[in-house]
Amino acid sequence: MADTDDDHIYLSLAEEHGDGDARWAFGTGFEDPLHGVETAVPAGVDAVRLAADCAALADDALVGAQRLAEWCTRAPELEEEVALANIGLDLLGQARLLYTRAGQADGSGRGEDAFAYFRDADAFRSLRLAELPNGDFAFSVVRLLWLSSWRLALFTRLAHGAPDPVLAAVAEKGVKELTYHRQYAADWVVRLGDGTEESHRRTVAALAGIAPYTGELFTGAPVCGVAPADLRDEVTGVVRQVCAAAGLELPEAEPLPGSGRDGDRTDHLAPLLAELQSVARAHPEGVW
Amino acid sequence: MATVTGPDAALARRVAAEVPDPELPMLTLADLGVLRGVEVAADGAVTATLTPTYSGCPAMAEMRAAVAARLRAAGFPRVTIRTALEPAWTTDWITAEGRRKLAEHGIAPPHPAPRRTSGPVPLELSGVRRAVRCPHCGSAETRETSRFGATSCKSLWRCGSCREPFEYVKEI
Repeated sequence: MADTDDDHIYLSLAEEHGDGDARWAFGTGFEDPLHGVETAVPAGVDAVRLAADCAALADDALVGAQRLAEWCTRAPELEEEVALANIGLDLLGQARLLYTRAGQADGSGRGEDAFAYFRDADAFRSLRLAELPNGDFAFSVVRLLWLSSWRLALFTRLAHGAPDPVLAAVAEKGVKELTYHRQYAADWVVRLGDGTEESHRRTVAALAGIAPYTGELFTGAPVCGVAPADLRDEVTGVVRQVCAAAGLELPEAEPLPGSGRDGDRTDHLAPLLAELQSVARAHPEGVW
Repeated sequence: MATVTGPDAALARRVAAEVPDPELPMLTLADLGVLRGVEVAADGAVTATLTPTYSGCPAMAEMRAAVAARLRAAGFPRVTIRTALEPAWTTDWITAEGRRKLAEHGIAPPHPAPRRTSGPVPLELSGVRRAVRCPHCGSAETRETSRFGATSCKSLWRCGSCREPFEYVKEI
């Protein structure tokens, strides 16, 4: 085997696609995240429902990843910037797999880009908690604690119980990632809550500001057989455990009416998507 | 599908196993445990199976392309790359040879990954994390400086004895 082959890995990417254009960057238009995976939807699975569930879970991850990415160049320390970007990258990877699965299951054959870049805010079914602006660092880590705890509780169930093997496999992988996302958020909430007077005050404010948005985590139709209501005890138990260690009280709040899962939105999703989608929409046929 | 054994199958396995990892080029895909299998059908078609490390791993396309290109260059014109998402990749699949190479390059190899059961994943807030030995001097007087690093799989550490910074492959 000639050593020079090492130098031609990127050229071989172009060779794979046979169009003569050497593509040296990872981007849109030349990779199927589920390439080489068995794609048939098992008999007895409601494919339309599966597609909707996968797309909604992908929406949560995409919107969450975008908010985490907004911390780049703004985080308190370089290490935190790297951490938030790493967590965002994991979520982006989950979103790509789930969008691709959704496009397979609903029979449309739509790829990840169609879901991420060419739907408007009213077509998204993400949790509203994910789209709220980042606020300060306390708000962002309290939000991450809620969202990662919730997603971890759901994915542990899907990994062992989802009737679709692709979704189950994505969830099994996701469990490992979400475990350290939650650990990161929990450690920071303890540090801030049990920190200075100012950090405590900000963390109290973050918990209070987020409380009305936690209602929709535990309402609505089952996701691939898992009822959101069944996640409540485990997720609130984790957040209470963190609050207790941080010297914080978990506030009670009247849930915000409606649900992101039914298409109810705040005013914050459309501007987030406008930025996320601007390049793809300016160059709709573009590949890179 | 009828598969063959013998020189062709051994060659295909060896060629695929020697492909370096794009992020940790001192390791091969076999060392990393990403290459899950290589089969040669009776008609000479090769199927290689890969498992991604992380959901967001941007190197999967490159790995697939590299394995296919090398197999073709070795005389196997028909190559199919399959992706096995399940079971999920774990650092426990990094081979003994892979761990030796990591340490040799100043990267501390991972501890055994935590065992998963089907119930809720417990959250440990005051858990004592296991010491990571410095790959340069062997000291256990080390501390984590950042749980996240330049790639998803590594954290940043510093040795209190020899004062050198080093990376650690996180168990997952």
